[in-house]
Amino acid sequence: MEIKPLTRVILGLVCLLVAIWLVAPTLVVVPMSFNENKSLAFPPQGFSWQWYQNFFTNPDWSSSFLNSLKVASVVAVLATVLGTLAAFGLDRMKAGSANLLRMLMLTPMVVPGVVLAIGIYAVYLDTHLVGTLLGFVLAHTILALPFVLIAVSASLEVFDRRLETAAASLGAGALTAFRTVTLPLILPGILSGLLFAFATSFDEIVVSLFITNPYLKTLPVQIFSSITRDADPTVAAVGTILLFATTILIGGGMLLLGRERKGRQ
Amino acid sequence: MKPAQQSKGAAIDLESVSKAYGGFKALDGVSLRIEPGEFMTLLGPSGSGKTTTLNVVAGFTDLTSGKLLVGGKNVVGVPAHKRNIGVVFQHYALFPHMSVGRNVAYPLTLRGVDQATRQARVARALDMVKMGDFAHRYPSELSGGQQQRVALARAIVFDPPLLLMDEPLGALDKKLREWLQLEIKRIHRELGTTFVYVTHDQEEALVLSDRIAVFNRGRIEQVGTGRQLYDEPATLFVGRFIGDSTVLRGEARSDGTSTALTIAGETVTASTRINGDARPVMLLRPEKLAIRRPGQSAADGANRLSGTIAEAIYLGSESKYEVKLADGSAAIVRSPLTGESFGLGEPVELCFHGADAKLLADDSTADTTLT
Repeated sequence: MEIKPLTRVILGLVCLLVAIWLVAPTLVVVPMSFNENKSLAFPPQGFSWQWYQNFFTNPDWSSSFLNSLKVASVVAVLATVLGTLAAFGLDRMKAGSANLLRMLMLTPMVVPGVVLAIGIYAVYLDTHLVGTLLGFVLAHTILALPFVLIAVSASLEVFDRRLETAAASLGAGALTAFRTVTLPLILPGILSGLLFAFATSFDEIVVSLFITNPYLKTLPVQIFSSITRDADPTVAAVGTILLFATTILIGGGMLLLGRERKGRQ
Repeated sequence: MKPAQQSKGAAIDLESVSKAYGGFKALDGVSLRIEPGEFMTLLGPSGSGKTTTLNVVAGFTDLTSGKLLVGGKNVVGVPAHKRNIGVVFQHYALFPHMSVGRNVAYPLTLRGVDQATRQARVARALDMVKMGDFAHRYPSELSGGQQQRVALARAIVFDPPLLLMDEPLGALDKKLREWLQLEIKRIHRELGTTFVYVTHDQEEALVLSDRIAVFNRGRIEQVGTGRQLYDEPATLFVGRFIGDSTVLRGEARSDGTSTALTIAGETVTASTRINGDARPVMLLRPEKLAIRRPGQSAADGANRLSGTIAEAIYLGSESKYEVKLADGSAAIVRSPLTGESFGLGEPVELCFHGADAKLLADDSTADTTLT
């Protein structure tokens, strides 16, 4: 269909407006992080690096950041292994029971976070898991698992199982066939599951607020308590750092993936 | 390349092999002996059991009962990856994440062949299928025919004593198919291993095979060379499946040595008879039928049937006519272009010798399974 020049201009303007609408709140934190005064007022006044300095030197911030990294890394690995195994099992089960099990495993995505948080908190009180690394890892794995399951299942859906038969005819046992044929072909799904799992754990706040204690805080919990206690621009500095880190990570990943696709075709 | 060595291939013995899926019998007591180095084709319509047989031999499917020996050894219960049998699939099944070279090297890597030997054998296998220049390409960069040649190289690179092929040319166009048939024949000659080939295309079976096993509804109808199956079909199904044929049905009367068939008032005789109570039908090959205008003198002792030309097809080297007989059935006649030609709707007579008519037991399933 032919688009008239005027329509094209209007369409472009609308798109630009929507884009600004989506990105603006995120970009507001960048100037705020350089504020000279200890205030989150916008527009900021003056220029200073002090809040970045505070993030790296204040143990409250740096330890919570390291905690989040630790928890998210373990969760990413654990959820990816469990989720991949689950996706594999469900893929090779009879459709009826597989669908039922799949729905069961996806419930953490559907159940309201607060409800889940209350349940987990109640159990953790009895088992003394509140404020422990293990407690955070277990709770976040529950939340991250569905994302891995969905990503890997999607990869398995398009995987041609006849390739495993061919591998068997060439001398590969079930495990060898999985390692040399199935795994490399579903790896993009596993990796995106891993990324989702990491992200889910890294910015989880609702459940974390329930199971945290003064000795073990994750970054989102620290941000939340900081902003409710003393509107400190360090929050904005953290936000800016995370914004750039994720942009580089995801942008780089997309570039790499795009190049690989091009090489293959 | 060395000439074919018969000893390089494995013999296969299927002894009353059955495979049931619930109540459905995919294979119903199949017995077949394939000689070492032989090119055996399993021919039949879809659902006849030919692919199931191949899967049973490859180890992809367990058999329900019966015996299976490859190279004299019982392989029932041996998993597919320990059978050392090459398999070529209709869908190529190349690994998309590996280059052509790595695909072909895959079975050698699994067998722990050292790198220098591996490279030499991969190069030799790719040369054999004329894909030597493509080792660094990826499967997605190749055409269907090229992919299938790589798949063939991958299936023969580890020198299996037996190669199974499941409709390997089914997804390719006719010209390419015919060329690859000759390539497969050449490779079979050069390797000297046993080839088992599954197809539903009777022409392909005739081009390739030493012997053909014709499958129908989970059973083998007949095993023989192409010539045997064409000239001496054991059943009506085989007669109809291999080559063109005309089947005459009518009221039968049989004396000691010959059988007469009355079709819409006209009587023809065949100089044989069949045993048993089955209703006899006559099967005639197109080249055994002569076509002429009514009233022309016929050869001595020839049978005559009247009909009209329903279809005239020009085939280049010859013409093919479909003649509608008085009882409504159709006869297929091939006649050389040098002879007379006939127009649509023209009344004609068909003549044949009683000795050329095959008398077979009627089988209502023979027609319905034809495509």
